[in-house]
Amino acid sequence: MSATQAAQVLDVARNHVLSVTVRDRPGVLVRIAALFARRGFNIESLSVAQSETPGMSRTTFVVFGEDAAIEQLQKQLQKLIDVVKVIDHSEGPYVERELMLIKVAVRTPEDRVELRQIAQDFRARIIDVDRHALVFEVTGDEGKTDAFIEQMRSFGILELIRTGRVALPRSAGQRATDTATRAA
Amino acid sequence: MNGAAALLKALERHGVTTVFGHPGGAIMPVYDALYDSPIRHVLVRHEQAGAHAADAYYRASGRVGVCFATSGPGATNLVTGLATAHMDSSALIAVTGNVPSALIGTDAFQEADVTGITLPITKHNYLVQHVDDIPMVVTEAFHIASTGRPGPVLIDIPKDVQQAEFTGTFDVEVDLPGYRPTLIGNARQIKRAANAIRDAQRPVMMVGGGGQSSPEAVMRFAEVTGIPVITTLMGIGAYPAGADQALGMPGMHGTVTANRAITHCDLIVGAGLRFDDRVTGKLSRFAPNATIVHIDVAPAEISKLVKAHVPVVGDLRDVLPRLTEQLGPLALDDWWAQLKEWKARYPERFKTDKPLVSQEVIQMLERATGGDCVVTTEVGQHQMFAARLFPTSKPRTWISSGGLGTMGFGLPAAIGAAFARPGETVVCVAGDGSIQMNIQELATIYKHQLPIVIAITNNGMLGMVRQWQEMFHAQRYSEVFLADSNPDFAKLAEAYGIEGHNVFDRETAARIIPEALAAKKPVLLNFVVYESEKVFPMIPAGAGVDEMIIGDQEPDEPEGEKAVTR
Repeated sequence: MSATQAAQVLDVARNHVLSVTVRDRPGVLVRIAALFARRGFNIESLSVAQSETPGMSRTTFVVFGEDAAIEQLQKQLQKLIDVVKVIDHSEGPYVERELMLIKVAVRTPEDRVELRQIAQDFRARIIDVDRHALVFEVTGDEGKTDAFIEQMRSFGILELIRTGRVALPRSAGQRATDTATRAA
Repeated sequence: MNGAAALLKALERHGVTTVFGHPGGAIMPVYDALYDSPIRHVLVRHEQAGAHAADAYYRASGRVGVCFATSGPGATNLVTGLATAHMDSSALIAVTGNVPSALIGTDAFQEADVTGITLPITKHNYLVQHVDDIPMVVTEAFHIASTGRPGPVLIDIPKDVQQAEFTGTFDVEVDLPGYRPTLIGNARQIKRAANAIRDAQRPVMMVGGGGQSSPEAVMRFAEVTGIPVITTLMGIGAYPAGADQALGMPGMHGTVTANRAITHCDLIVGAGLRFDDRVTGKLSRFAPNATIVHIDVAPAEISKLVKAHVPVVGDLRDVLPRLTEQLGPLALDDWWAQLKEWKARYPERFKTDKPLVSQEVIQMLERATGGDCVVTTEVGQHQMFAARLFPTSKPRTWISSGGLGTMGFGLPAAIGAAFARPGETVVCVAGDGSIQMNIQELATIYKHQLPIVIAITNNGMLGMVRQWQEMFHAQRYSEVFLADSNPDFAKLAEAYGIEGHNVFDRETAARIIPEALAAKKPVLLNFVVYESEKVFPMIPAGAGVDEMIIGDQEPDEPEGEKAVTR
């Protein structure tokens, strides 16, 4: 058995949450998306927004794969000129959140009462009220949003949208836009 | 000054003296500005050739090559050239015109999404939107193309940006927070590498294309340690092929000694290479007993295919001398005894009792030049024969498409090499199939009277495909016959104004080769050779290095290596 094979046997595929800090340049998302496609990775979720540094955006990817494959993906991402930093949050403590908007059918007054109760339990906010539907805003980790969706199924989910996860490392020492520690 | 003139001035400021290209509608302002520029423009007859020539210009000189093309078809014709340069880490800057900004995205005449098309085959690319950005884009492009792991950069400039009045400055400084190549190796990793090398009983060094920029460091490492040196196809010339410690090329068509050494070694120092599949064969059978020390400037290449036990990210020019400092002569007598036995037992061998064969033509070229020339090759059997029988002895003199395997590369590459190394003889080794993929460049060669000897080993076949069909497709020879419709290559050369000879026998070959080399002008030699010659040794695709087919060697081969007769 070669070293490569041995490494693969120990390697288990799982979800990795990657923070990729990029320069705001035309086409930068295309470059990243093309790289994922070309190297055969599926993006489970993706979110992009401005970071605290002007001219830089932070993107959060959730991608499924073995550790060695994700390490190779990180190196390939770092080859992109507009990519400033890549962090795999799965390697250390981090916080993550996802925002979901979900529109649920209200058929009876009892439904309305029960839905309000569930929303309270989940600390979800009602952001739109209609005779036949409620729209909830749910923030939390992926498990919480998934659980809320399960609760809503019996009422009838009309529409939902999720932002995909965003993440930050927990320690103060490691900043996702910190370029000094970037290797190559 | 307009944008086009600013572009040329920016190129000039980066030391560009020669550009290869072909004009067209969307890049006419640049060609208009060329009229007043000291930059020499070499008019190629197809944009692909311009890209290959610029690529070879870099490979032959270490100076960034530059090519120009127009929008749409001009730019798409560059694609093969960019992909070739990308795979072989060649520093190339391609400038393309594009339709005016207002027309971009409207499917205008000769419009193509060039930055989109070339995104995965360039190290980086730019669509210039403001004329005053030109100096910064050019400066960044040179920085990106030529530092770290070199690669091609494309700059796409809409026609209105070329025409706009330039009001910016040329004094710009690169600020690329996302691009900081690690050139200096980590001291602890270098120490670990030195310890591993000191402990090895049967080490080898494998040098790839990265060695072309650090031949002195490779030489010094080899001299101090006494370690055997294998050079990949891209590494030929980075260490002299004729040196006592040289084992030749590894991989699919490597030497028996190099491949056996890989299988039996206990440590590989991989320097400036990426363990390509043509080198490793089946990964699980590659160097099964070896500790892998992998030194490369590109972190993504380390442990991509072959797991590195001691990774060292850095430039060979930094890492190798620091590694050598920590080492002395290694006790390798037993290992060398074994290697020398293999070397003696498996010399390059081919039969000369039949009609002329490619190998002897290529060997005659090697003997006539002593390997002291620039060799470019096309892709196929002749390329593998040349790699083994005509390896050059100096860095940056062996120019061949390795990663992409681009037929049509060799002839335009010879043009680029001739401009990069004026006064030196360039030999383009070609097959009758691949030479026809950019044959129009005979016109460029004629125009500049470049001292290029074009040696076609013409077996009337797509020889490498024919070999695979014979060995792996039950001799079902599908679409490989060229002989019935090949041109008369000597007459073809003459039609372009180039001296051409058809050569059918070894006596004529022996006479005409030195004459052609002495002529210091373009000469095309068409050697009609035996049609069914095969390249051996061969590791079938997907097989292990230890499953090498030795071929025409003696039929008493041990351990899994099979002997076949032709």
